[in-house]
Amino acid sequence: MQADSSGAFLRIDDVVKDFGGGAVAVNHVSVDIAKGEIFALLGSSGCGKTTLLRMLAGFETPTSGRIILNGQDLAGLPPYARPLNMMFQSYALFPHLTVWDNVAFGLRRDGLPSGEVAQRVDAMLKLVQLTKFGKRKPHQLSGGQQQRVALARSLAKKPQLLLLDEPLGALDKKLREETQIELVNIIEEVGVTCVMVTHDQEEAMTMATRIAIMSEGKILQVGAPQVIYESPATRFVADFIGNVNLMDGKVSVDEPDHVVIDCADCSHYVGHGITGTLGMPVAVAIRPEKIELSRDKPVDAHNCVQGTVKELSYFGSYTVYRLVLASGAKLSVTKNNADRHRDCDFTWDEKAWAHWSPSAQVVLTQ
Amino acid sequence: MQSNTRTHGPTWLPTWLNGRTAVIGVPYLWLIVFFLTPFLIVLKYSFSEMGAVMVQDVSTVADGVVKLSIKYSNYLFVLQDDLYFRAYTSSLKYAAVTTFMCLAIGYPFAYFMARSKQSIQPALLMLVMLPFWTSFLLRVYAWKGLLEEGGWVFRALTYLNIDHVLYAIGWISATGKLMNTPFSLVIGMTYTYLPFMILPLYANLAKMDLRLLEAAADLGATPWETFWKVTVPLSKAGIIAGSMLVFIPCVGEFVTPELLGGPQTLMIGRVLWDELFSNNDWPMASTVAVILVLLIVVPLAIFSKYQAESQERRP
Repeated sequence: MQADSSGAFLRIDDVVKDFGGGAVAVNHVSVDIAKGEIFALLGSSGCGKTTLLRMLAGFETPTSGRIILNGQDLAGLPPYARPLNMMFQSYALFPHLTVWDNVAFGLRRDGLPSGEVAQRVDAMLKLVQLTKFGKRKPHQLSGGQQQRVALARSLAKKPQLLLLDEPLGALDKKLREETQIELVNIIEEVGVTCVMVTHDQEEAMTMATRIAIMSEGKILQVGAPQVIYESPATRFVADFIGNVNLMDGKVSVDEPDHVVIDCADCSHYVGHGITGTLGMPVAVAIRPEKIELSRDKPVDAHNCVQGTVKELSYFGSYTVYRLVLASGAKLSVTKNNADRHRDCDFTWDEKAWAHWSPSAQVVLTQ
Repeated sequence: MQSNTRTHGPTWLPTWLNGRTAVIGVPYLWLIVFFLTPFLIVLKYSFSEMGAVMVQDVSTVADGVVKLSIKYSNYLFVLQDDLYFRAYTSSLKYAAVTTFMCLAIGYPFAYFMARSKQSIQPALLMLVMLPFWTSFLLRVYAWKGLLEEGGWVFRALTYLNIDHVLYAIGWISATGKLMNTPFSLVIGMTYTYLPFMILPLYANLAKMDLRLLEAAADLGATPWETFWKVTVPLSKAGIIAGSMLVFIPCVGEFVTPELLGGPQTLMIGRVLWDELFSNNDWPMASTVAVILVLLIVVPLAIFSKYQAESQERRP
C-alpha cells in the first residue's frame, strides 16, 4: 500500500467540472481525505456535491484536475474498473434479483468462485442483519431493510473507498436517527474510508468525522463538526449550519487580547484579538443557545441588549424566544427546559435583557 | 365501499347497470359479437358435412326426430395427412424466424430510441409508425420490385455475394434468385411486423431506471455485462409482448406468403385459402382454422398468465 507524499488517502486536486452553459458545477475543488475517515460533503441542492461524488465514481469526467485514490490516478478509469463502490440515493437495487443476488452481483462480476461468493454474501447479510431475507425481492422489504441491502451490496467487494449519496434521504425521521448510528458502526467495523453527500446537516454532524461545506461549486470550509459549528469561517457557513444571530458592526477597540465591536443595538466585547483593523466592518455571529435571558439589566455595559419577546416557540426540550430589538432587528434565544415547572418564563410582549459571555461570539470578516 | 343505492343516472335503470359495467361491457360485447360468435360458427362448420353448395346443418329435424350428426373425420384427416402437419410446422417455423429477426433488429432500434434525447424521441417514434400511412398491401408489393432481378436490393445483395450465404443456409433454392423463396417471405414479414416489436420494447426501455445501469457499472459490470445482466432481464415483459404481437399474426399470415413466398413456402394460411376457395370444402377449412386458433391461444394464455404474475409482483 503506497501513500501519497502528503499522506492523503484520497486526494481531490483542483477539480473542475464545467457542464457548459454558464454555471460551473464544481469550481476548483481541492481536498485531502485520510484513510478511515467519514467525510461529508454538505450543501443545498445544486451546490455541486453530487457532481463531485459522481466524478469520484467515474460517472462524470472532470473538466480538469486530478483525483488520486491511494496513489492511483483515477483519470480514464471507467466506473467498473474503479476500486470503490457507491451506495445510491434511493438505493438502485436490481428489482429482478433477490437480496442475495443483489449482494452477489459485484462479486460475480469479479469472477470469484461460487463458494467464495456465497461465503462473502452470507457474511455481508449477517453484518447488516438480513440473513433471513436473502430470498426476498427488494420490493418485499421495508425502506430501512432496502437501505441495509444497498449497504451490504456496496461493501461486498471490500472497496477501498465507499461513496454514499444521500444515504438516509429516503427514510423517515425516526428511522433515520437510528440508522445514522447503525450505519456509522458498520462502516467503522469494516474500516472503509467513506465520502458521503448530504443536504441534511444533522446527518453530516452525527456521522462524519469531517465536513466540507459546499456552495456554488466551491468548498467554503472543511473541518470537524464542532469546528464548523463553533468556529465558522464565513458568514455563509455560520448561517448555513444551525441557527445563528448575525449582527453587522464596526471594530471600535482593537487590542491584542480583546476587541469591541459596535453594532446598531449593542456593543460586543470579544475576549480575543482578531486579524483586523480599527473601523473595519465585520459581522458578529452568536448561536441562540449561548444567550441568556433575564428581567433585570446586567451590570456589564457590553454583551447585552434589551428587546421585546415577539415570538415564542415551544419545542418540548427547549423553547425559542424571538426578541425584537430597538433597531427592529430580531434576536433568537433558546432556553433549555430543564425544569418541569417554571415561573420565570417570558411571555409575549414582555421586555427582556439578553446577555452573553465574551467568548460566545464569532467575529466574521468575510 | 360498494353501495347498492343508485347515486348517479336515472333511477329506472337496474342497479347493476352503472358506468363501470357499461365501460367494461363494450369490449366484452365486441368480443362476443365479432370473435366468439364467428368462432362458434366456424367450430360448428368444422363438425359439419359439406353439401353440394352449402354446408349442411349439424342437427336436422325430420318426422319428429332430432338427428345430430357430428363429423369429426376432418380432424382425423388433418392429423393423419402429412400436408397439414407440414403446413402447421412450417408456419410456426417462419413465424418463429420472423419473430427472431424482428427482435434482433427491433431491440437495438428500440434501445437507441429510448436512450436518445428526449426532444427527438417523438420524431423517431413517428418514423417507426410512418409506414402505416401506406397500405400494407402496397408495401408488400414494393418488396417484389426490390427483390426481383434488377431491383436495387437484389443487385446489392448479389454484388456482396450474400445470395451465396443465403443459399448455403437454405433460404433460397438457387443463387441469383431471391423472389418467391423463404428468404423473401421472411424479409416481407419482418418488414411488416417490425413496428409491433419496436413499440412495446420502446415503451419498456424508455421507463427503465438508468440508475440501475450506473449501479451495475459501479459494481464492476462492463457495459456488455450490464446489458445482459440488467437491461435484458428488466425488459423481459417488453420482449414477450413484442414477440407475441409478431408471432401470433405471422402464424396465420396469408397475404405476404401469397405475394412474396414461393411454392416452397408452405404456410397454413394458404392451405386454408385453398380448402375454402379451390376445394370449396368449408368444413375442412373450418377445421384448419380451429386448430390454428388453438395453436395461437395456447401461447397467448401463457403470455397473459405471465403478465398477471408480473402485475402481482409489482409493489
